[in-house]
This record gives sequence, C-alpha cells and structure tokens, in this order.
Amino acid sequence: MTDNVLVWLNDPQNWSGTRFTPGIGAQIAAHLLYTAIALLVAGAIAFPLGIVLGHTGRAGWLVSVANGLRSLPTVGLLILLYVMVSPLISGRGDAPYLVPTEIALVLLALPPILANTYAGVRNVPPDARDAARGMGMTGPQVLLRVELPNALPLVFSGLRSATLQVIATATIAAYVGLDGLGRYVYDGLASHQFGQMAGGAVLVAALALLVDLVLALVQRLTVSRGVSGRFSRRAAGGDGRTAAVTELTAGSGEGRERGGNDAEDSSRPVAVLAPSGKHPPG
Amino acid sequence: MIRFDEVTKAYPDGTVAVDELTLTAPSGQITVFVGPSGCGKTTSLRMINRMIEPTSGTITIDDRDVTSVPATELRRGIGYVIQHAGLFPHRTVADNVATVPLLTGTNRRQARTRAIELMERVGLPASFADRYPAQLSGGQQQRVGVARALAADPPVMLMDEPFSAVDPVVRDQLQREFLRLQEELGKTIVFVTHDIDEAIRLGDTVAVLDVGGRLAQLATPADLLATPADPFVAGFVGRDRGYRALAFVSAEVAVVPEPTVTLGEPLARARDVAVDDWVLAVDAGHRPQGWLHLPDGGGLSGDEVQPELLNLGGTLAPAGGTLREALDAALSSPSGRGVVVDDDGRLVGSVSAATVLRHIDTAGAGVSPGGRA
Amino acid sequence: MTSAAGSAPWDLFGYFADHRGQVLELLWSHTWLSVLPVVIGLLVSLPIGWLARRYRWVYPSVVSVTGLLYTIPSLALFVIMPMLLGTQILDPVNVVAALTVYTVALLVRVVADGLAAVPDDVMQSATAMGLTRFQRLRKVELPLAVPVIAAGLRVATVANVSLVAIAGTIGIPELGQLFIIGFQLSVNGPYYPPIVLGIVLCVLLALVLDGLIVLGSRWATPWQRVVAAR
Repeated sequence: MTDNVLVWLNDPQNWSGTRFTPGIGAQIAAHLLYTAIALLVAGAIAFPLGIVLGHTGRAGWLVSVANGLRSLPTVGLLILLYVMVSPLISGRGDAPYLVPTEIALVLLALPPILANTYAGVRNVPPDARDAARGMGMTGPQVLLRVELPNALPLVFSGLRSATLQVIATATIAAYVGLDGLGRYVYDGLASHQFGQMAGGAVLVAALALLVDLVLALVQRLTVSRGVSGRFSRRAAGGDGRTAAVTELTAGSGEGRERGGNDAEDSSRPVAVLAPSGKHPPG
Repeated sequence: MIRFDEVTKAYPDGTVAVDELTLTAPSGQITVFVGPSGCGKTTSLRMINRMIEPTSGTITIDDRDVTSVPATELRRGIGYVIQHAGLFPHRTVADNVATVPLLTGTNRRQARTRAIELMERVGLPASFADRYPAQLSGGQQQRVGVARALAADPPVMLMDEPFSAVDPVVRDQLQREFLRLQEELGKTIVFVTHDIDEAIRLGDTVAVLDVGGRLAQLATPADLLATPADPFVAGFVGRDRGYRALAFVSAEVAVVPEPTVTLGEPLARARDVAVDDWVLAVDAGHRPQGWLHLPDGGGLSGDEVQPELLNLGGTLAPAGGTLREALDAALSSPSGRGVVVDDDGRLVGSVSAATVLRHIDTAGAGVSPGGRA
Repeated sequence: MTSAAGSAPWDLFGYFADHRGQVLELLWSHTWLSVLPVVIGLLVSLPIGWLARRYRWVYPSVVSVTGLLYTIPSLALFVIMPMLLGTQILDPVNVVAALTVYTVALLVRVVADGLAAVPDDVMQSATAMGLTRFQRLRKVELPLAVPVIAAGLRVATVANVSLVAIAGTIGIPELGQLFIIGFQLSVNGPYYPPIVLGIVLCVLLALVLDGLIVLGSRWATPWQRVVAAR
C-alpha cells in the first residue's frame, strides 16, 4: 500500500496538474491561502480583543464562552455553517464553498488566539507591571514594552494551535467542495485510489509540520531569552566563576545561581491545563 | 522634603486606608512607614508617586504639589523599588537598569554605560549586564531593582518592602549596603516595611501607622523605643525594647587590655598569661581567632596553640560601636570578656558585662528619653 | 430517507423519534470509538510517563515527539494508519489507533508532570518508612497524581469525541454520519435536524464522559474533597 503512495507522490503529472485538475503545488497554495485568510481575520479580531481584555482584566467570561466553542465537533460546525450560509451566496466560482468554510475556520481559530492572548497579558508578573507604571511608563508604553513581550510565548502558542486547527479543518472542508490538499483524500476515497488518498494525507501532515516549524522559528527569534528561559550553555558555564566573584565581593548568602537550572525548568508547563493546553487539531 | 497635608484615602465601600495623614519626610533622610498590614503604609507611599490618588489632602515634594505635573513625568523623577524587585523578565539586567533613562530619551550607549556604573555601585559585577533577571538570585534581583531606581538620579526614592522577600542573611547584608549607599547619595527616601526591626535599623525617622491609616507616632528610632506614644505603639515595638535601645547609644566604656597568645606559640606560654583559665588567641596580624580554655591541670593535647583547640564563641564589638554590641560581645564570650576590635579587625582590648552595665546605670543611657548619645 | 418531521433546526426531536434505532447505534459506536483510545492511551502512558519522570533525559525527547504527533491533522492520521497497520481504509481500528496516538501524546506528559508534582517531602517520608520503589509508586505517587492525570483524561476524552466525528467524512459509522446525512439532504435547501442532532449529541456525550471522569477522580481522591470543603 505504501508503494501506491510513493508512486502517486513521484508522478510529475500530479505535481504539475493537467488541464482539468490543479497540481499538488496549486493545491498546497490554495490550502495555505484558506489558512492565511482565516488566521488573518481571526487574528484581527481575537488579538486586539485579548490584549484589551487582558490589560483591563475585564470580561473574562467572554474568554470562557470562546473556550466553550472548542467542545463543538468541528465537522458538525463546518457542515452546519455550509448548509446555512452556502444558499445565501450567489457568487460564481469558489465563493459558495469558500465563504461558509472560512466562517467556520475563523470561528475555530478565534478561541485559542483569544484565550492565549488574554492569558498571556494577564500572566505578566504583576510586580513588573507595577514597576513599569511606577517608573513613569504611559499605558501604551506598559502594554508595548512590558506586557506584550512577556505575553509573547502564550500568544504564539495560541497562534500555533489555531494554525494547526485551521490547516486540519481546511482539509475536511474539501468534503463540502473546497479545494486544497483535502481534495486528494476525498477524491481518492470516492475513486478508490488509495495512493492518491494517502498521498494527500501525507502532504497535509507534512504541510502542518512545516508551518508549525516556521512559526516555532519565528517565535524563537521574537521571544526574549529572558522570557523563554533559553540561556546559552556557554554563558551559563562562564558565569560560574563570575558568580563566585560576586559571592566574595557582594558578600555571602545570596543563594545559588539559578541560571543553569532555569532553562530546563521553564520549558516545563506551569499547569497542565493552562489555556495554552493543546487541543488536538481537528 | 516630602509633605503629607491631611491626606485621606477612602474607598467607595467605606474603607479608610489612610486617615488625615500629616507628616514631613525630611530631605536627605530615610523616613520609614511601619505598621501591621492594613495600616495604609503602602497606600501612603503609592500616593506620593500617584500610583494611587488621594481622596483629599495634598502631597508636596519640595513644596511642589505632586498633582501639578503629569503622573508619568512625576514618576520618572522618583525612584521606585518594590518587594520582588519587579524586574522586566524580557530585558537584560543592563536594559532593566536603563529603563528610565531610555524613556526620557538618553541614547543607548550612554544609558548602558550609566547602567553598568550603577550595577557596580550596588555590588553587582559588570559581567551581569547581559544576563536576564531569571538568571539572578533574589538578592541580586533586588540589587538590580535598586540600581534601576537610581538610574535617573532622582532626588526622591520610594521603597516598598524592598528587602522582605529575601532570606535573613541576605536581608542583613542588603540593609547594611543600603545604609552605606545612602551615606554617599543622601537621597530623600520613604521606606515601607512591616518589620519594626528593619524600621529601627534603617530609619532616621519612623512613622508608626495603625490599622485604618492612623499615624500613631512619628519619632526617631531611639525615642520610639524609649517613649512609645500609646499602647498600640508599645505593643508593636515589642519586647526587648530596653536592650534594643542600647543599639542607639555609643559605648563610651573603658576597654581594658587583654593578654593574648599567637597561633603556633607553645601552650605553656598560654598557661602563663591565661586569666581565669581563659586566654585569647590571635593571628600574626593581631586579629582575634578564638578563646583557649586552660583549666587547672586540664590536659590539652599537643603542645602548640592550634585553631582546632579554640572556642569560637563570642561576638566581636567594634571599637566606637554601640552599647548593645559591647554588651552582646561580653555576654556571648565564653570567658565573660567581650572582645573589642578596630575597623581592620585587630584586637583593641576587652570589656566585661559588669562594666557595660555600670555605664548604663551611671549614664542613664538607653531606656530614658534623650538617652541617645 | 424521508421524514415526517420538518427541516428546521428544532425538528431534531422529530428526527430522533423517526430514526431512533439508527441514531442510538451511531451514538453507541461514537462512544466506544471515543473511550477505547483513552483507556488504551492511559495504559500505555503510565509506564512511559513514569520513565520520563524517573530518567530526566527522557523528558525532553518525550516533549518533542508528542509535540510532533499533535501537529498531524486527524484526518491525515486516519488515512495514514492503514499504511502503518496494514488495515482496510474503512476499518474503525484506524480511528482507535489514531486517537490512541493523540491520547498517548497528551497523557505521557501529563503523567510525567503529575508524578513530578508529588511533593519531595512526601516521597522522602515514604522512602524513610521503608516503602519499596514499586510500593511508593502504587501507594503514594499514583494516588497523589490522580487529579492531574484526571484533568488530562478530561481533555483527551472531550477532544476525542470531536475528532471521532471527523471519521464520518471517510465513511466510518458514528455520529459524524448525521452530519453527512444532513449535508446530503441539503441539496435543495438546508435540512438541519440531523446536523443539529449530531452536534447536540456530541456535546452531550462529551459532557457525560467528562462528568464521569470528574466523579471517578473524586471517588479516587477523598482527601481532595476535604480540602475543597474547607
């Protein structure tokens, strides 16, 4: 069976496409486009909302409601919205499929982005926030220079979890007629071509892994090491001596250096069910 | 000079956090607000930099009403240190220290140079500049907090329980260095603590606040110990007041010479000079190392004075120190003779508890008002 | 497939009355497809989680592997499973296997963290009282880790109920079929009852299973109730 998949994946015609069917490259592009649209819209709503709610500490219930959305079955939501919205769209081409599925994708992407942004801003150490105000930062300065940089890890985990959710659900959206990599799965199933079906599945998995990897890299580059706790080993090693010097010059009893262990400890989840707690993608 | 003029903070639910507080925190001095939780000490402090706005009354800094300038501008001119330091986790130590200079438009390089200078001033090596707060111990973080508050060289500093979250040994050390720093800088400091010992140790003036934001007493530490204004203050100041008051009286007592042996000398010589079976051992630099016990016929093994033979009991009293230090040295010494040393740790002589007590008797020092020397 | 009931969302009760046998059958298979992976997943996760706790170098690799597994969309995993297991495409075993993978990915970390959360002094006094390593695990560590593990089980179970429905789109019978039926009957205008019924039953099933885990966890940790009552 694996052979079928390899054959299908190795067939250049499947990549370039024919006059009637788009190639794999085009389907990947379509898949990414649907994902990007949903994330942009959801981000434009949930990100500012999460920041404002987190900053003011008000309307936490809204976050709980959004989280409640997560327990709805994604396929059910997708098909419900499709059945509801599709007859209202009289456009040509993809619009009758695209609009309802994008609404569903946005609805699925909202909760993780909102909840994590909210929690990220809420979880900024209150001392740091207090000190920022006490040193004369204005409200926007506190937000941009202190709260956001510290909220970034959670913001990113929300964004990544939303992205995976959207990529996964966009695959299922092929069932109601949308393009994208899901096409291969459902077309392959309908025409009993297992190679195409599993090949599509492999491509979806690879795409999800790749996108998540890219986001992880962006996260690495933007999140301060002081927050992520990734302190370079070399620096930590070199610090051993200077720490000893401090102990002597600054006196004794300041407790052990914590740098070495922190890198390991801060990678551990603080709470298993923090809002960032991963839900499997749809 | 910071003046509170009938300042009241009441909340909509009727709680009064601060009740018509009127007091002056003199320039260049440390004024400590102390009291149990709920006494409004932190609220009072935070009204100075307008983190909390008073319900009524005015607060002035050097005769200028704090509400006459925008809150952010006011705060940039006031150093602010809080309990857990409140360092920004995402910024390096140097960037943390440089926060206010960067806010007020100092260029990066200058701000960094200044930051490193300040770090050294509070006892942190320059190599810490590029570390993150999570890489520091609690005491080190608190030092960074102090450096950060000093960065814009503000004339006024507000400190809210800055040393409460560190262990006693580190706290003692931070307090000592804080006093040394204040001697150099002469800032006008308002310091909040719940710890009466810290208040007495650090304050030039201590304001004791009662629950409900009532000012119970405003006095120097010595006066506070000697004449508590009411039962609340007396209770809050606590036990051992008479003994603790000795910490504010210079020990102008006669120090008598103390015979010594040097490490490595023969035990026989130690026996010759011992007084009441005890002799003080010193090193080549004449710094006390411990006491040697030589009871009659008591067989000490070996024939030289060696460190492992010494009894290390007994605190050292600095020459020119306080009566409390002198008395403690005498009481804690196994020989009953308190060891007095100079600034370099070299032996000056010894003092007995009886001598110190006689001095207290005749001078009326300590427990009576005006006993502060 | 005609129905006496109308096509509005609130006609789900009528739809249920008309198709009772079929719907209950779908509900039943949905239930075991959701629960079985959690049971297997827990049995697999306990030893691996314990290893990750016991040998600290195992933990980072466990975290990265589970992170990777989580990234794979479930539909893809359902379809890839036959390649790995040699099963038929429409075999429900694929669903169980795929969801077990997710459950293990979640629970291994939860078990390791739950065991790590047992206070050191408790472990030391257990050792000091002469309990063997296995006794410590069975009588002290596991019971104390129950609340954390139960929390993980809740997440896994609720997620599984939603994920199982996806398998309906590739023809595996469970509540997801109701969405497919609704979709197919909506060619000439929306036909809501089976779709809404499917969503409602999925949510109810998730709530009931979640409640059962909460009850089970309470029953297993009487000391927690005492604390909560205080």
